[in-house]
Amino acid sequence: MNWITNYVRPRINSIFSRREVPENLWQKCDECGTMLFHRELKDNLNVCTSCGHHMAISPRDRVEALFDGGIYAEISVPEPLADPLHFRDQKKYPDRMKTAQKNTGEKEAMLVATGEIGRTPIVVACQDFSFMGGSMGMYVGNAIIAAAEEAVKLKRPMVLFSAAGGARMQEGILSLMQMPRTTVAVQMLKEAGLPYIVVLTHPTTGGVTASYAMLGDVHIAEPNALICFAGPRVIEQTIREKLPEGFQRAEYLLDHGMLDRVTPRGQMREELITITRMLLGLPPAIRGDLPPPDPTEETVAEPVEKTAPADLDPKA
Amino acid sequence: MTQYLDFEKPLAEIEGKAEELRAMARANEEMDVSDEATTLDAKASKMLEDLYKDLTPWRKCQVARHPERPHCRDYIDALFSEYTPLAGDRNFADDHAVMGGLARLNDTPVMVIGHEKGDDTKSRIERNFGMARPEGYRKAIRLMQMADKFGLPVVTLVDTPGAYPGKGAEERGQSEAIARATETCLQIKVPLISVIIGEGGSGGAVAFATANRIAMLEHSIYSVISPEGCASILWKDAEKMREAAEALRLTAQDLKKLNVVDDVIPEPRGGAHRDRDTTIQAVGKTIERMLKSFDNQSGEELVHNRRRKFLDMGSRGLAA
Ligand SMILES: [Zn+2]
Repeated sequence: MNWITNYVRPRINSIFSRREVPENLWQKCDECGTMLFHRELKDNLNVCTSCGHHMAISPRDRVEALFDGGIYAEISVPEPLADPLHFRDQKKYPDRMKTAQKNTGEKEAMLVATGEIGRTPIVVACQDFSFMGGSMGMYVGNAIIAAAEEAVKLKRPMVLFSAAGGARMQEGILSLMQMPRTTVAVQMLKEAGLPYIVVLTHPTTGGVTASYAMLGDVHIAEPNALICFAGPRVIEQTIREKLPEGFQRAEYLLDHGMLDRVTPRGQMREELITITRMLLGLPPAIRGDLPPPDPTEETVAEPVEKTAPADLDPKA
Repeated sequence: MTQYLDFEKPLAEIEGKAEELRAMARANEEMDVSDEATTLDAKASKMLEDLYKDLTPWRKCQVARHPERPHCRDYIDALFSEYTPLAGDRNFADDHAVMGGLARLNDTPVMVIGHEKGDDTKSRIERNFGMARPEGYRKAIRLMQMADKFGLPVVTLVDTPGAYPGKGAEERGQSEAIARATETCLQIKVPLISVIIGEGGSGGAVAFATANRIAMLEHSIYSVISPEGCASILWKDAEKMREAAEALRLTAQDLKKLNVVDDVIPEPRGGAHRDRDTTIQAVGKTIERMLKSFDNQSGEELVHNRRRKFLDMGSRGLAA
């Protein structure tokens, strides 16, 4: 650990202390059942230290671990219309949103940030499966467009971590329209000649897979991630047969030519540094503990202050 | 002989009675039933008018899926000349759920592409009920790129329950194929217009309908998920499809308000399947008019405007 990590980590940890309640000190691996101490699990990026199972990781934990020294600047996302269809199933859509915001402490299902990885400035968009299944609605569409525009403006590559059950049904047709909208965002990057790397995490399904998640220059997946258009249950109901073990998992997609690589989370950062630097024609990254970024350099991002979204009622 | 939908049952009874009377009159020359039959006809006509005046979203789904509704093939046969089907994705197979090829619309050569559901058991199976596999989207990509190369406008006719959820389809990259088709729609420097003639089912529809102008038949639907699928996820009960159809706002009328479609093409009284020719001609007129509107746009403008259209989408919601 370099001094920056030591300096930033405690501060970020204190920001998140609200969520570190004592009963969460131990977490059971849902694959092998091992009880894992939360700090150890966090240091291992939520990968089981016993069996290597990749559990969900929040976008904030992910970007904090990804960027040099945990330093990044969050990019603001234009606010879409709230509840454009006045959607109501058994609950009202705004009520579902409030519950998701309360449970995650986040405003919506995607975090956009910019910073450096191995001294390589990049823009990152990170989808949050814990927020209404990561579902793609207007906000997620706006987030991807904002990320692409920022990347084009700053001439930085874009790395997108996908995780979603699909489109957000509560936004009806407008969620479906995020497929073409996010495709336009990908085209902005391509036309600017900037690398667009997709990291597909568990699960990435439906309209998300069938748009921006499958249009990357490079597709990397985390081990055993479910990646599909139609979910296994829907297929089993349609074809009335049991699907083979490992069907639609990352390794299966790799075998079928849909991915470039399957990479464990612990090696992802190094791999993204290697790939982006080569695509940008930059010299190899200097490995190991880096001195802190020079704050006078223009490319260095400002540390981010976590503030509650304005429309979030802390008492809700 | 019309196949009646469940909500048309009272209508079926009246029309059946009128038919019965006429059959009796034919058998017995001394019998004159014309007055009674005419009264029943008038009653039926009024009832049909009332039934279709204000269809609920779920009823619209039923009409959109009516087996006798004109399908892609009917439009191609009636509206285009010299239709020359072009087959295959040059990679794996030819997907019969997707029709496509060169054709002339009033002498102007165009590329026409659409989903075809089939109209009897045999052709429905052959067409896979209009549910395309990756090969279908890749054929469409190939045809769109050919149209782009030779400067031909592209007309797509959308009528699909959705992309096929099958093992092989997933193996061969259903997601990637749909994503690339949408991307191709956004890239081509020729006019791309789309008409949703029946069901616009989710990503399988978007792959064809990311167009400069989008029209919808009055009783067609366009949705992120089928009402049954939505009901089983959000209501945990597939039988709540009426509620789901309501909530999803999948009708042509609501989509026009949301700025997702540009034009709504009126259907004849009692739906497209009751007067197929009139429907097909109305769609033809709309296609002609839409294509003319691009006469003065350059390829770059077409691409720019198409992207802008989708970027701007969603800025308008529905009134409370
Ligand atoms: Zn484990």
